[in-house]
Amino acid sequence: MGALAITAIGDDRPGIVAAVTEVLVAVDANLEDTSMTILRGHFAMMLIVGCDRPAAEVEAAVAPVAAELDLVVSVREVSTVPPAAAAGAHYVVTVHGADRPGIVARISRVIAAHGGNVTDLVTRLAGNLYVLTVEIDLPSAQAAEALRPELAVAAADLDVVAGLHPADADVL
Amino acid sequence: MPTPGSGSRDSGDVLPVRLAPDPALSRLAVEVDPRAPTTVALAEALVRTMRASPGCVGLAAPQVGVPARLFCLDVGGHRKARSYAGLVVLANPLLVAAEEPNRAREGCLSVPDLTGDVVRAGRIKVTGAVPGTGEEREYAADAFEARALQHELDHLDGLLFLDRVAGAHAVHARKRYL
Repeated sequence: MGALAITAIGDDRPGIVAAVTEVLVAVDANLEDTSMTILRGHFAMMLIVGCDRPAAEVEAAVAPVAAELDLVVSVREVSTVPPAAAAGAHYVVTVHGADRPGIVARISRVIAAHGGNVTDLVTRLAGNLYVLTVEIDLPSAQAAEALRPELAVAAADLDVVAGLHPADADVL
Repeated sequence: MPTPGSGSRDSGDVLPVRLAPDPALSRLAVEVDPRAPTTVALAEALVRTMRASPGCVGLAAPQVGVPARLFCLDVGGHRKARSYAGLVVLANPLLVAAEEPNRAREGCLSVPDLTGDVVRAGRIKVTGAVPGTGEEREYAADAFEARALQHELDHLDGLLFLDRVAGAHAVHARKRYL
């Protein structure tokens, strides 16, 4: 079976998930991995669905619902390569401080420079407090120790607090 | 639940609480003389401020902008509490035993809009000095009281729950309960 990547975003209101997924059922699309959440009042859906129909047909099927709920929708075909088993060392990077542009860009560049792969990332802006939490896969525990001082430098430059700790470990 | 103002020996002021990203919350606090009148006065002000803050079960000196190793705690009436030592006020506290890690959601007076899922020990022992007498005390705590004690100890090391969250999806907007 083929796969489609679908994104939809619009002002949050009750019924968005129901309306969009009902259309997907009707075009024989099967929801696989999805993430749907509210981002500052906007409801954002990201879905990988198993589907043999062309992206254009699915996008056309969703169009009436998208118009009714004022959603921006995109549908495109993607490969069906199975996900590789995560290798290496899993870490969580925590960052918090006064909001300013460039925090994610700088921190993620430092992570990438050490071979780190971002597997999950969430940011929250609460008043002037910016919170960034990133889950990463690193090639090794040694890579984490190399990353740690450079993360500290980046945090100092950004005037934020940053930490790096192993995921799934009991941090006590 | 403790009533606001109970436990304070005078009617002094409630201190303003620092909110993240205030850098005062991310500094290492220094040891204090538990017998010094300034320490006693600060401890009393911390308790007054804790009592005056709805839902607040603990307060550490860095949260009022003072880099001192001093906190107060009172989990009385909390639905998740098992052990309950009453009002705990400790200077220069140390975590001397920690076991039975568990993950739970917690909040902080200094991070009013967010909560986070944090792994902490469910059974601990904490030692420290009582302000005024300087007497050394040891508290054994479990469940919510243990979690709250570790949260306050973290403040003395410049750590917020945000520094300990378990993953990308472990930071949450605080729910407003009706």
